[in-house]
Amino acid sequence: MRKHEGQWLWGLLAGPGTIWLLLLFALPFYGLACVAFGEIDPIFRNAVAAWNPLDWRFENFGEVMGEILTGSLRRVFVRTFAYVLSAVVLSFLIGYPVAYYLARHAGRWRGLLLALMILPFWVNYLMRMLAWVNLLQVDGWATKAFSAFGFQYNFLDGKGITVILGLVYGYVPFLVLPLYASLERLDVRLLEAARDLGAGPANAFRMVTMPLSRPGMMAAGVIIALPMFGDYYTNDMLSRSPATEMIGNQVDFYLNGTTQPQKGAVLVLVLSALLVVFMSYYLVTTMRMQRELQA
Amino acid sequence: MSGLLRRSPWRRPVVLATWTWLYVAWMFVPVVIAFVFSFNGGRSRSVWQGFSLRWWTEDPNASFLHDESLHSALRNSLILAVLTMLIATPLGVALAVGLARWQAKIAKGANWLMLIPLVTPEIVMGASLLLVFSNLYTGVPLGRPAQLLGHVTFSMSYVVVVSRGRLLSIGRDYEEAARDLGATAIQALRMVLLPLLAPAILASFVIVFAMSIDDFVISSFLSSGASSETVPVRIYSAVRTSSTPALNALASFLVFSSLFALALGMLGMTAYRRRRGGGDGESVLTEFAKFEM
Repeated sequence: MRKHEGQWLWGLLAGPGTIWLLLLFALPFYGLACVAFGEIDPIFRNAVAAWNPLDWRFENFGEVMGEILTGSLRRVFVRTFAYVLSAVVLSFLIGYPVAYYLARHAGRWRGLLLALMILPFWVNYLMRMLAWVNLLQVDGWATKAFSAFGFQYNFLDGKGITVILGLVYGYVPFLVLPLYASLERLDVRLLEAARDLGAGPANAFRMVTMPLSRPGMMAAGVIIALPMFGDYYTNDMLSRSPATEMIGNQVDFYLNGTTQPQKGAVLVLVLSALLVVFMSYYLVTTMRMQRELQA
Repeated sequence: MSGLLRRSPWRRPVVLATWTWLYVAWMFVPVVIAFVFSFNGGRSRSVWQGFSLRWWTEDPNASFLHDESLHSALRNSLILAVLTMLIATPLGVALAVGLARWQAKIAKGANWLMLIPLVTPEIVMGASLLLVFSNLYTGVPLGRPAQLLGHVTFSMSYVVVVSRGRLLSIGRDYEEAARDLGATAIQALRMVLLPLLAPAILASFVIVFAMSIDDFVISSFLSSGASSETVPVRIYSAVRTSSTPALNALASFLVFSSLFALALGMLGMTAYRRRRGGGDGESVLTEFAKFEM
């Protein structure tokens, strides 16, 4: 009987937040489509949103899609995927050993190290990029250190590798923590059993640790790939060159730099459509993990 | 074979330990250097020209202390963060409690709606908010009002996640005991659930503050020029120009303010523990760490 009592109260509590998200998250996303499929004012040349889906026109959308599939935007899309993929792989190569050490071997250092892993979250992202811009200037300390080893390189001169490394530096802390969480939950007895049954350390790692940490790895990879796909500021700070432009830079250009927001809106829609697979994968797996933890 | 028996099966992983400490150095040394350069004597942000307080206090025009445009960026960042914190936290906590107890059909939909912002790239949110503020909600001017609405929107879901974790560990027993003893639903909420939620509320305050301070994309998309520039927007527009080490001073100051917020949160958490007991020996910091995962 108690079950249905007070339901109005819970609805009342959830109401304001839900309405907020409807008005300022769901509806704006619909608005994005209305601008993308809207018209251009013939006199002022600005975007006119078509709020009624029956009025939607697809010329503008088709034009941009054509550019993506065969035209100038194709390279931008391919480059974005290449950069993000490289950055995610590098992040795993750097971050996995750290998370593994933290979860399995850190011993008395674990508390301190965990604190140090969380600390980058509290240092502004742009400050962390600023730090690297200063070091990578032609007369910066990092550039000088490299040239002391005979490696002359102008890092900030529109270099793809700088952008990739910048993305890695920016997002790898977001990979280490969830990886650590999944490795820490791993049952050590399974590893002991593998060793007892004759597996060497390498085999035990390959046949037990890796498969068991795979869901955590997938989730962690997705959670850093998503913001990388929409990133434009790392690119702007470390390169600011058309040679390294990513999708985010084009979106920023059309929405903030020109009077053609339709093009920007279409690009954002296409980007969201590409990412929706990753987004739902992440949501569904985390929901499942939560349910397992509760059970 | 004999080698296998003599060696402990769990050798001390020297390589892994070295790797990890190198990672820590890589994470922090550049930032520390950027902070040190705010004390540079010359105009350069990359060549050391001796120690001075020139860019912090001494320069009568361009130092952190005297440059009005730097103050304005810092003021914008801090005001925005405090307002976001004060709006997003109550909304998010209420939403979390509501969603955990509400059994209506729409509750499930609301739950999904709440989760999507967590995985939406900021540029998608920034772009759609910009378009909706310039086409539909034209009553909301770009600048601080629009930025505030945007910041609350992206941070509210994190509050829900933090509070939900705490709600799960509290369980429903205390609340039901209160109801059995004659409390109304509202009384049980106010006198039992809310005090138990205090650590999550505190953590939410700190996390929302830090997220708002850290944000660049939404602030930038929804800004209306120099007057609503926040510190990250300022860093972004000034980093590739010949701006002075005062920029490093500004950025460092911002980092100190979020660390200050973190320290306040941890003090608050410790005080709460001392008064209420509990905490099963876990450090306050790991409590925060859990929220980040």
